Amino acid sequence: MIATWQAPLQNGKTSEELLFAIDRERAKRVLILPALFDEANKMRRFTVQLMRRLDSVGIDSFLPDLPGSNESTTPLEQQSLSSWQMACADVAKQVSATHILSIRAGALLAPDNLPGWHYAPQTGSKLLRAMLRARTIAAREAGRDENSDQLLELGRREGLVLAGWQIGDLMLRELETAKPSKSELHSVIAQKDIGGPGLWLRAEPDEDDAQVKTLATIVCGEEEISE
Amino acid sequence: MSTQPASGSVSKSDGAPEQEVSLAQGRAMLDKELKSIIADVLGIDEDQADAFTDDSGLFGHLPELDSMAVAGLLTEMEDRLDIVIEDDDVDGDMLETYGGLLTFAEAKLSEA
Repeated sequence: MIATWQAPLQNGKTSEELLFAIDRERAKRVLILPALFDEANKMRRFTVQLMRRLDSVGIDSFLPDLPGSNESTTPLEQQSLSSWQMACADVAKQVSATHILSIRAGALLAPDNLPGWHYAPQTGSKLLRAMLRARTIAAREAGRDENSDQLLELGRREGLVLAGWQIGDLMLRELETAKPSKSELHSVIAQKDIGGPGLWLRAEPDEDDAQVKTLATIVCGEEEISE
Repeated sequence: MSTQPASGSVSKSDGAPEQEVSLAQGRAMLDKELKSIIADVLGIDEDQADAFTDDSGLFGHLPELDSMAVAGLLTEMEDRLDIVIEDDDVDGDMLETYGGLLTFAEAKLSEA
């Protein structure tokens, strides 16, 4: 179930990245575009729980490490939203995905040519706002006075470490304006459609059977989910 | 002041009775929503969150509430309470106790 994929990088090279795959060569093959940065950690357990549920209802799914994320040894500060978008379009081909399911800001990376769903999509600016805030709160706690506007100004030129993540200057500038893809092939699954609080809010990673079941039912479509 | 959710028993001796009731109701509703947000962040039941009092410690008291979790909490407050929280709003008093956070949210809402 643990495989690898070759991620294209902007310098024309590739990097070998981890791919968590549940592949039984079934008709529906869903590429998961994970939540980003801090939310990636909080949502990974839920995401894998979802993949196991999809497996039980006859759907294959694939969760790639983006270059610079999770187990990747590629430097994060060299990545950008556009390089990740390119990588996601590429991995979709490598795993012969028939659909995409993005989680939170993963929606910013979705290739337009595959049908699928955005679960609780988040804009780049909101993601950036929360990360900037985490940095200013931590700074204040440490007795340093930092201000979001000044940090942004600096980050646009030189990149910035936000909540422990090395965000490159291009990544930061792209996050400021990035919005989930508006492809007609994609539909939005709002948290209120799933019920209960979004697990990305949690201070610690968590799982939720009921939420996973509801989400899997939507991805499954008309096909019956047997207990 | 009580931070218990609407129980119908909120009363204070000063102020005009009618205004007092609507203020108390407003605070009780805000209290309920704020507790619900904190329950979502901490992953606890709303019943447990109901036990929060003005003096209940938050940032610096609960290990789960690190700076990233607090940032998430504030962002969720912005969305659910329809307020904007500026850098300068965020200080120790506001984050240290539940009462501080509630008072802050109340002040923000009255600005709107």
